[in-house]
Amino acid sequence: MSTVCDLLVIGAGPAGMAAASTAARLGVSTLLVDEQAALGGQIYRNVESHSNDADGVSAADWQRGAALVREFRASGARHRAGTQVWQLDPAQEGACKIYVTDGTQADVIRARRVLLATGAMERPVPIPGWTLPGVMTVGAAQILYKTGKHVPQAGTWIAGSGPLLWLFAAQALEAGGKIEGILDTAPRSNFAHALRHSMAALRGRAYLERGLALQARVRRAGVPVIKDVAAIEAKGEDRLTTLRFRVGGRWRDVLASTLLLHHGVVPNVHATRSLRAQHRWDGPQRCFVPVVDAWGMTSAEAYAVAGDGAGIVGAEASALRGRLAALESARRLGVIDEQRRDTEAAPIRGDLARHMPVRAFLDQLFAPRASLLAPADEVLVCRCESITAGRIRDAVRLGCAGPNQMKAFTRCGMGPCQARMCGLAAAEIIAHERGVGMEEVGVFNVRPPLKPLSLQELAALPE
Amino acid sequence: MTRETVTVYVDGKPVSVGAGESAAAAALHAGLSYTRTSPVTDEKRAPYCMMGVCFECLMVIDGVPSRQACMVKVAAGMRIERQIGARELG
Repeated sequence: MSTVCDLLVIGAGPAGMAAASTAARLGVSTLLVDEQAALGGQIYRNVESHSNDADGVSAADWQRGAALVREFRASGARHRAGTQVWQLDPAQEGACKIYVTDGTQADVIRARRVLLATGAMERPVPIPGWTLPGVMTVGAAQILYKTGKHVPQAGTWIAGSGPLLWLFAAQALEAGGKIEGILDTAPRSNFAHALRHSMAALRGRAYLERGLALQARVRRAGVPVIKDVAAIEAKGEDRLTTLRFRVGGRWRDVLASTLLLHHGVVPNVHATRSLRAQHRWDGPQRCFVPVVDAWGMTSAEAYAVAGDGAGIVGAEASALRGRLAALESARRLGVIDEQRRDTEAAPIRGDLARHMPVRAFLDQLFAPRASLLAPADEVLVCRCESITAGRIRDAVRLGCAGPNQMKAFTRCGMGPCQARMCGLAAAEIIAHERGVGMEEVGVFNVRPPLKPLSLQELAALPE
Repeated sequence: MTRETVTVYVDGKPVSVGAGESAAAAALHAGLSYTRTSPVTDEKRAPYCMMGVCFECLMVIDGVPSRQACMVKVAAGMRIERQIGARELG
C-alpha cells in the first residue's frame, strides 16, 4: 500500500521532530519516518521511556528532547516508526517516490517534498585491531546506556577526542560505571588553534562551561586522563585483551576488555549522496557536507536537509535548522507566503545566532590528530571486505585516482555497509597518497538499495 | 521504575532483557563473545556502532539471515543466532 503526503521528514531526532512539528502546525500534511522504534534520534534516544530522567549529567538535554516529543505529538504530524528508507527517487512531475521497508515488507511513499534529517554518525578512524570484539564506539556504549541503563564495567578504556567522549564518560561514572582511563588523542596544538576563535566562543559560554564541568566530573571520579596520546592499538587473539598506546614517544601496554573509540561526529550523507546532490569538503570539520542554502535546500529538487546531516551544529541548533527548512518547505508547497516565512523565521534565526559562534572553537579543539587519519599499511580500513590501508595505497600507486575506482581495484567499500565506515577514511588515504585535496578525490558514489533487502521484502512492493 | 523484560534465546540460551532493547544488545548481555565471522577472512566480529551504520552485527534472527541486530527490537521468544561466514542463500 502506498502512502501520500505533502512533506516527508526522514529522521526523528531534534531536526526531524522540530521540522515535522513546524510544518504540520502550518497545515502541511506531514509524515515523519524513522528507523528506530521510538522518537528521539540518537541524541534523545528513548527519551519517552523516562528511564533517563534521573541522570544528573544530561537532565537539561532530556527536558529539551521531551519538549520536542510533546510538540510533535500535539502537532498533527503522523509518525511511522521502525521504517528504513532504501531508495530516494529524484522529484518527477512534482512528486518524489521514497522506498521504505519495515524489515518484512517494502512500501513506497509519495511526497511532494522531502526533508532529510538523518543526522550524524561517529567518524570512523581505523586503528590496528579496531575490528576485534571488545572494541566499539563511545556512541555504541551510550546507546546501550540509554536503552538499557548498561554502563561500562571494569577493564573499560575510552580513547579519542570530542564532546561526546566527555559527556558519555561523565554519564557512565554518574550511573556507577567503571572506566580504567581515558586516552585523549587531541594534539596539544589544538588548544592554541582553538584560541583564535575564543572571542566568538565566549558567546557560546554555556557550551564551554558544560564541557569543563564534564571534564571536571571525570577527574573528580579519579579516572586517569592521559593527554596527547599519539597512537592506539587494540590487541588480542579473538577478542581485545590488551590496549597499547604511545605517549611522549613511549609505548605502554595495559590490560583491557573493552575499548570505546570516539573521534567526533560527521554528517550522515548517505541519503544526499544517493541523490547526487552537491557536496563540499568542510576543512575545519574534516568531512563532506551537502551544499545547502540558508533554508537547508539542497541542489536536488524538492529535497531539503536539516540538522547535523547538513554539517555538525549540535542538537539545539539542529532543531532550529529543522524549523527553518520546514518553513521554506511549506512556502514552496504554497501553504505560506514569503512574508509569513520570514516573520516566523526571524526569532529562529536569532536563536541560531547564539548557538553557531562556538562551533569554530569546538571544531579546532577536538580536531582529529592528523597521524590517526593516515593508518599504517597493515591496518584494516574497509571492515566489510577486509581491505588494508596498504592495499589502498598500492592501488593509488597503480593509478587509482579515487574511491569509485578503488572499488574495482580492491572491493574496498563494496560490502554491506556500502562504504559508510570506510568511505571517509579511504578518501583521506587516497588524498594523502596522491598529494591532492579531498574535493578532488571525492567519495564513493552511493546507489540504492541503501540497505540490503530480501526478495521477500521487495515482493510486497505495490505496482 | 519497574523495567519490563522479555526472554529471548541467544544461540539457544534463554536471556532476560529489557523490552526496549535491540537484538544486538541482547547478544552482548548474553555474553556472546562475537556475533558473526567475516565472510572474507573468518575473523570474529561483534557489534561496533549499535546504530545501523557499520553492519558488523549481522545475525540470524528468527531464522532470517543478515539482519542488522542493532536495528531489531527484541520480542518475547526471539531467536538470535550467530552468523558464520556468508549468509546462506535462499
